[in-house]
Amino acid sequence: MAIYVTQLFNGLSVSSILLLIALGLAITFGLMNVINMAHGELIMIGAYATYVTQNMFKSALPASMFDYYYILAIPVSFAIAFLFGWLLELSLIRHLYGRPLDSLLATWGVGLALQQLARSIFGAPNVGVTSPSWLDGGLTIMEGVVLPYKRLFIIGLVIVCLLAMYFYIYRSRAGRNMRAVMQNRDMAACLGISTRRVDAVTFAIGSGIAGIAGCALTLIGPIGPSLGTYYIVDAFMVVVLGGVGKLVGTLFGALGIGMTNTLFEYWTNASLGKVLVFVCIVAFLQWRPKGFVAMRTRSLD
Amino acid sequence: MSKKPSVILQCEDITVSFDGFKAIQGMNLTLERGELRFLIGPNGAGKTTMLDVICGKTRATAGSVIYSSSDGVIDVTKKKEHQIAGLGIGRKFQAPSIFPTLTVFENLEIAMRQRRSVFATLFARLTAEDRERIEQQLVMIGLQDKASWRAGGLSHGEKQWLEIGIMLMQEPSVLLLDEPVAGMTDKETDKTGELLKEIAKMRTIVVVEHDMEFVRNFASKVTVMHEGKLLKEGTMDEIQSDDRVAEVYLGQRRNADASRSTA
Amino acid sequence: MMSQTWSRARIWALIGYAVAAAAMFAAPLYLSDFRLNLLAKFLAFAIVALGLDLIWGYTGILSLGHGVFFGLGGYAMAMHLKLQASGGRVPDFMDWSGLTSLPAFWKPFESLGFAFLAGLLIPGLLALILGYVTFRNRIRGVYFTILTQALVIITTTLLVGQQAYTGGTNGITGYSKIAGQSISSPDTKQMLYWVTAIFLVVAFVICRFLVKSRFGKVLRAIRDGENRVRFIGYNPALYQMTAFAISGVLAGLAGMLFVLHVGIISPSMLGIVPSIEMVLWVAIGGRGTLIGAVLGAVLMNGAKSEISAQYPDAWTFIMGGLFIVVVVFLPGGVTGLFQRLKFRKRSVSEHEQEAVRHPAV
Repeated sequence: MAIYVTQLFNGLSVSSILLLIALGLAITFGLMNVINMAHGELIMIGAYATYVTQNMFKSALPASMFDYYYILAIPVSFAIAFLFGWLLELSLIRHLYGRPLDSLLATWGVGLALQQLARSIFGAPNVGVTSPSWLDGGLTIMEGVVLPYKRLFIIGLVIVCLLAMYFYIYRSRAGRNMRAVMQNRDMAACLGISTRRVDAVTFAIGSGIAGIAGCALTLIGPIGPSLGTYYIVDAFMVVVLGGVGKLVGTLFGALGIGMTNTLFEYWTNASLGKVLVFVCIVAFLQWRPKGFVAMRTRSLD
Repeated sequence: MSKKPSVILQCEDITVSFDGFKAIQGMNLTLERGELRFLIGPNGAGKTTMLDVICGKTRATAGSVIYSSSDGVIDVTKKKEHQIAGLGIGRKFQAPSIFPTLTVFENLEIAMRQRRSVFATLFARLTAEDRERIEQQLVMIGLQDKASWRAGGLSHGEKQWLEIGIMLMQEPSVLLLDEPVAGMTDKETDKTGELLKEIAKMRTIVVVEHDMEFVRNFASKVTVMHEGKLLKEGTMDEIQSDDRVAEVYLGQRRNADASRSTA
Repeated sequence: MMSQTWSRARIWALIGYAVAAAAMFAAPLYLSDFRLNLLAKFLAFAIVALGLDLIWGYTGILSLGHGVFFGLGGYAMAMHLKLQASGGRVPDFMDWSGLTSLPAFWKPFESLGFAFLAGLLIPGLLALILGYVTFRNRIRGVYFTILTQALVIITTTLLVGQQAYTGGTNGITGYSKIAGQSISSPDTKQMLYWVTAIFLVVAFVICRFLVKSRFGKVLRAIRDGENRVRFIGYNPALYQMTAFAISGVLAGLAGMLFVLHVGIISPSMLGIVPSIEMVLWVAIGGRGTLIGAVLGAVLMNGAKSEISAQYPDAWTFIMGGLFIVVVVFLPGGVTGLFQRLKFRKRSVSEHEQEAVRHPAV
């Protein structure tokens, strides 16, 4: 029993991280039909932003203040990744709208360069980020089941981000414009919505969330220049499985992949588990080729 | 020899719903062999969706499309798109959809009636007969001088003709044309009308059209759709003197005017 | 019109091909053993590039999973070579993992013929299966691309995880003989070079036949508009599956030849990065032209081995930059650039410009 609860919790924890990463991907893909392979590197940027914040606290502030660095690191990671995303959209992505395969290749090139840049600045080896002491330890919910505070914190962080996104997309004016552009770009433009602006802002927000994901990942383990590459393919699978156009699809995809991954790996082993998850995803797509939620269009291609 | 049945296509009680919205509700449409039929109606009447159902692009929620081909009588709603095309139902879409990076000649070559398996196309050779056939088609659609052009470089009207040519190369029994003169200049429209009259001598054709002037040029049966249903069927004169048709077309305008004045 | 194309452009093209082929086959005369071995490796890469071009350049389907097909071919050959080197005993890495007898699926690889066939058919079959479960359900575009990338991840984790059967992270290395000859002797190396060159020519001729046939025209039509192809009566899924399977077979062939020249295969050689690098070769050379794929593979790898030897860090930046430049500004690659220059020199007629404006998608 205890072992199952632990596995379930692990699955939830993995899902929550995947969700945070896939959120930005799903939105930009649904909105602009571009695939951003440099998304993983935006995670990496967020993680290094946290690392730098930590170092600045260490060197500039008294030790008693150190534990609070993480509170500041979250918005800092968001802001820096947001900025990178904005620049990326301005300089490259907007030339690639509606060309998903080309955008995939070009942004992969960007990702490669960013990784190398990180290697030049921070060095190739992984660096550790000291978690704040108030996240040490865990919550004992039953005999033999301890839920680490770090993981609980990440789940909480993801829920906050998800709710914020929900309110942004479905309750704010900017979000309404975004949905309008997503559903019918030409019509939205005719109604006076600046589609350029919507694209840029949305892309930057998606990037900012990737930054938060990077910040969260520093709690789990050491970080390095290729941090993003471990998560990016799984995050894309979340988008494929969940479909585009609705938050609930991404939520479903993240839970689906995170849970099955954890359970299969527990039942078999890490490598066989991955194979089984892949088989399950392909099987699911036989039933719903466009993923869990699918947008209907009338155009031919 | 048995006499061919006179009905070639019979759509019975077609219903299509998209996420609860009923685009077509219990529509019936019967086509005689060799007929030229116009399908008209206000926007959103379900005309294009009706063509989509016949050619397999959209699955009907209910109803059947009975097609009497040389291979027997078949309900094509059970078939896939390429099978339906193979059975002899050709479709021309509203926006010209040709293959832009292939030459005009190649566009017609792959459309030509032939075996369509991977194996057959691997070893297919262009015989003198094929070449003649394609050149005839090029003359018919007026593109004989542009055979080696990439299709993407043609003008809008030329693309429309090329697409008609692509469809004719398949030698279909039934042709479904969606607004073939949309976006054409007057001259191009006239030329397309000629082309259509030429084609109509040999085949069964359904044309979705908005241009009433264009429809009036043909003395053929017209089907009016409204809100996914059959409203009226008859000659153009009958249609024009029908009160309900007038209301659908004019009443809509009146409502639109009313809403504009209150806004 | 036809005779005119024969007279000028075609004759020049034929002369170009003949010179290139002569230069390729005569390479052992003017290259050192080391450089010959490098070139042999690049020619093997050119074979993958041809296959990738067939599916991406001509059919419009981007596969980021060709490393897997390449790797499966490589592993098939490596298993044979390892058994040859082990001389009837259990291969060393199995011994280290505690396996005492040869696993059953290894046994047939004693035969070179079997290994060769397996190296072609297993990748082909895997491509066919993946194609069947995706194209049939119209899973395409980026969805397909992401699935191929996931395939790479699970293949590499599987290879690493099943260390006793696959050699794990280190892969399979330490060969001695091929067909009774020492694999490292200069004579064998030269022979293997020629074998690779011949296979490249054969692959090129096959691909050329494919793209010039009506089948090839249907592939291009699918690239232009898959649904439209459906409505003129073709089943695109069958065409896509065929092209993808052929592409997989070519990658498998390349993998086998690669192992013969390099002497090792390991999971890192078929991972995400090598798979996407293969795409870059085709993109740089010019997708949608066969000669572009070959040139791209050879030139890019030549540049890589020169530059990365001296400035390893710079190479990553160059590769990233090339990706961006070629995709955004030069979708036709180097061959596309040449075509554009050629057209500009002549009086540019409208449809020729259009040809440039519609490069492979």
